[in-house]
Amino acid sequence: MVKICLTVNGASVNDEVPDNMLLVDFIRERLKLTGTHVGCDTSQCGACVIHLDGESIKSCSMLAAMADGKSITTIEGIADGDKLHPMQEAFHQNHGLQCGFCTSGMVMSAIELVANNPDASEQQIREGLEGNICRCTGYHNIVKSVQAAAQVMSGR
Amino acid sequence: MYQTRYLRAADVADAAARLDDDAKLLAGGMTLLPTMKQRLASPEVLVDLADCGLVGIEDTGDAIKIGAMTRHADVERSEIVRQAIPGLAALASRIGDRQVRNRGTIGGSLANNDPSACYPAAALALSATIHTNTRDIEADDYFLGMFETALEENEIILAVSFPKPEAAAYAKFPNPASRYAIAGVFVARTGNGVHVAVTGAGDDGVFRHAAMEAVLNISFTPAALDDVEISSDEMISDIHADADYRAALVKEMAKRAVIACGE
Repeated sequence: MVKICLTVNGASVNDEVPDNMLLVDFIRERLKLTGTHVGCDTSQCGACVIHLDGESIKSCSMLAAMADGKSITTIEGIADGDKLHPMQEAFHQNHGLQCGFCTSGMVMSAIELVANNPDASEQQIREGLEGNICRCTGYHNIVKSVQAAAQVMSGR
Repeated sequence: MYQTRYLRAADVADAAARLDDDAKLLAGGMTLLPTMKQRLASPEVLVDLADCGLVGIEDTGDAIKIGAMTRHADVERSEIVRQAIPGLAALASRIGDRQVRNRGTIGGSLANNDPSACYPAAALALSATIHTNTRDIEADDYFLGMFETALEENEIILAVSFPKPEAAAYAKFPNPASRYAIAGVFVARTGNGVHVAVTGAGDDGVFRHAAMEAVLNISFTPAALDDVEISSDEMISDIHADADYRAALVKEMAKRAVIACGE
């Protein structure tokens, strides 16, 4: 068992976890934040993507112990009270989801993508979301959602 | 994943002291943790190098020195690397995906020596030096075969120095799902002539292709490669590509890398 102390969506969390507990399992089972999903066994699907110290990472491929001293943001942490994050709003407006399973990971990846590259082209968006797989949408409306959110996030 | 004991080394000496048969070093975890999840590895102890001060990129004059725990995303974005060896920054920018690049490290990649990984091709083509806690190892002596390196049991990579080339570029034909190289070729014009390193294709890991180097030393053009025979013996055949296809891809990627060197 290992003691960890980290910030989760702005709040301080202390816990003791098995050494081999994955960060995604810590988030879902200990913190009950189930918006982050487990979609594969191969670290490829991106349904588990969260932000660690502001950067997107796959929480299924990290141990909870490795997050000691860090700050994480999950999908539950990006809205401003009742006001959706522009990326969430854009996915809503542009039909960027069907079953919703990949969506939290897509939103978290896309937020970082747009923050790093506000003028991302369609090609750059498609490549930038390589780490997130969707089985429902064919990606077209996801890309539209990200483009729409980029407009809002850069104040255009 | 089986039970394990996780600890963070306080420094390199601490990490080295903890290395024995039952312990494995943990860098970005982008290979080791998925492997452990599949129960293909079950070290009793994980020694995390995160706090050992091995992150950083430095221009040493003749070379670019990259700390072993430097992430692919940092190499990709580094102005120092982009200025001196843009082909290396470009290689880093196409490893895996964004999330893998935010965690994966150059030290982890080289220590693991996956036969389809990108960095081994760069290290071999650029004649890099691998600096460990006990010695310096030249790239030509470092890669011993698939997943095999010259590293001893208690040896930890601290940094990698890449001598600055006249020109260098990497072309990869990626597996569309994993983005590992089905064939990846790193071409460098160095002080010692042209080096051509191939990854993803050889069944014993990264290798230099002598015949391509020979013709490119005479004429550094893609056309010069037309008549080089790329043997498919000792190339990988799997569900993604057979050996003949890989051999064809190697030639095509080599040509693209030569063209990119001129840009």
